[in-house]
Amino acid sequence: MQQSAAGRLTRAEAEDFLYFEAALLDEWRLKEWLELLTPDATYLIPPNDKPDGDPRNTLFIIADDAERIRQRVIRVLDPNCHAEAPRSRLRRSISNVRVLGQEGDLATVAANFICHRYRRHERIREYVGGLTYQLRITAGGLKIRQRRIVIDAHELGSLGSVSFIL
Amino acid sequence: MSYIIDDPVNQRFLLHRAVHVSPAVLAEEMDKVFAKCWIYVGHGSELAKPGDFVTRKVAGRPVIFARDAEGAIGCFFNTCRHRGAVVATKREGNARRFFCVYHGWSYGLDGSLARIPGEDAYTGSFDRNEYGLKRPPRFEQYRDFWFMCLDPDAPALQAYLGRATEYIDLVVDQSPSGTMQVISGTQEYAVAANWKLMVENSVDDYHLPTTHSTWLNFMANSGVTIERPPREAGQVLPTKGYAISLGNGHFTTDNVNFRGRPVAHWIPLYGEAARDEIDAIRQELVERLGPERAERVANTNRNLVIFPNLVINDGSSVTIRTFFPDGPERMEVTAWALGPVEEDESARARRLDAFLTFYGPGGFATPDDVEALELVQQGMANWRSDEWSEMSRGMGKPESEQLNSDEHHLRTFWRHWNRMMQENA
Repeated sequence: MQQSAAGRLTRAEAEDFLYFEAALLDEWRLKEWLELLTPDATYLIPPNDKPDGDPRNTLFIIADDAERIRQRVIRVLDPNCHAEAPRSRLRRSISNVRVLGQEGDLATVAANFICHRYRRHERIREYVGGLTYQLRITAGGLKIRQRRIVIDAHELGSLGSVSFIL
Repeated sequence: MSYIIDDPVNQRFLLHRAVHVSPAVLAEEMDKVFAKCWIYVGHGSELAKPGDFVTRKVAGRPVIFARDAEGAIGCFFNTCRHRGAVVATKREGNARRFFCVYHGWSYGLDGSLARIPGEDAYTGSFDRNEYGLKRPPRFEQYRDFWFMCLDPDAPALQAYLGRATEYIDLVVDQSPSGTMQVISGTQEYAVAANWKLMVENSVDDYHLPTTHSTWLNFMANSGVTIERPPREAGQVLPTKGYAISLGNGHFTTDNVNFRGRPVAHWIPLYGEAARDEIDAIRQELVERLGPERAERVANTNRNLVIFPNLVINDGSSVTIRTFFPDGPERMEVTAWALGPVEEDESARARRLDAFLTFYGPGGFATPDDVEALELVQQGMANWRSDEWSEMSRGMGKPESEQLNSDEHHLRTFWRHWNRMMQENA
């Protein structure tokens, strides 16, 4: 990943990174996706009724530490992960990317997303919301320290499960 | 008609699949089941302060669950007495009045009519005292679990719960003061399946090795030893567990734990640092309850069904789960986590983390349950050509030997449901 001269993360760099990550997730290239994470990464989806909650005192939909993320990838790639066998076809669009700030090598980036999910014989599901990432700028490119994904819907309702990597 | 074939002589039990697809069956069960039984509304801990309220649908009916200025908990139909609009529109909050935005009628936290704009235009027999928010005919609690009943002649809640109270007590005994609380954060999701399939799934341990093999792998990857099932007739799980009928259509599994429990059975998944904390929780249980009951609380799991649609799973963590039909082939599920009020920050975080290893729409098990139920519902489209579901497993054994992986508890549900459906509304 090219860094700007000042060492400040630019929006274009953030966009390139988020688009690349979206492609890996849509294409189920999850082992490559794991390479984008820092060793202490977290993956959080708060409950629809408490989008600002803290997973230590609030029941989340997903609150994974790095090891749990690895286990999640093992699980969803297993043919016995019935919720994703056959796998969902996923297509996500990322927009309104903003670099909110940077402290040292850690930048905070926000964006909007729409993720369409299709499975045969099932309703089409549209996951819409905002993502906030902490991205670490490293010699090996950008790495995800935290990805927090807020689903705008007031309840999961017809979205059902989040059995893929959103 | 009877929807079951219950044949003890030939040890066969069959269920007619119309129960999962028929709009007529759903209309009938709204009258004969949901309008007759005690239905879970909420937990008192959701209303911490006077004026706190939550709104939700219970059996399709919008209700307000509120604590009034004196601290009393009430339940009201969320419908203005004037022209019918919903009067509380927020999911939750703290209020002094419920105010209808249409013409401005307002109501107190006890449901009483507070104000009518231009009240002097109402004359003749109009009596404002008759215009408080309507209440369900019955509204009672057991250990702060609040239920409503639409049948004014129903037995008292505690009599209805019967032996199920013993299992609720086992869950509540996790708390030193006997005070459990619903933890912030609600999981609400729909499943494209008949609501009764969730009842079956919530207690059916027969499906665990197949549906949840990826969860068992995850446990093994996390250092939890999962023994192979012993070579014993019908056993498919590492430890022996039973299915117990509790009367009035309620039932539970009662299992020796193999999966770890935040209260209070350590597994490597929790991390080395948690060992001492869990030992201390266990020690408190022993001192307060004695060694035998402490062992019951700490080292046995139970998935409890309060007929018809409340599930309390006391397994990897404690969840309250309720679900209502939205048409015959779809249900809406709401789930909460429950924990002792005394729990410190790290124990609470561990409880929530343990919850997410298994339960919920992002958990490592529930999404596969949802998939299984939706596949059942898809298969049900053949119900006219393939009419009966098979539920005879374990039927040849006496009741005391019914395993959690047999289908005794499912038969218990269906016999009770079928009996209610035979009665006049």
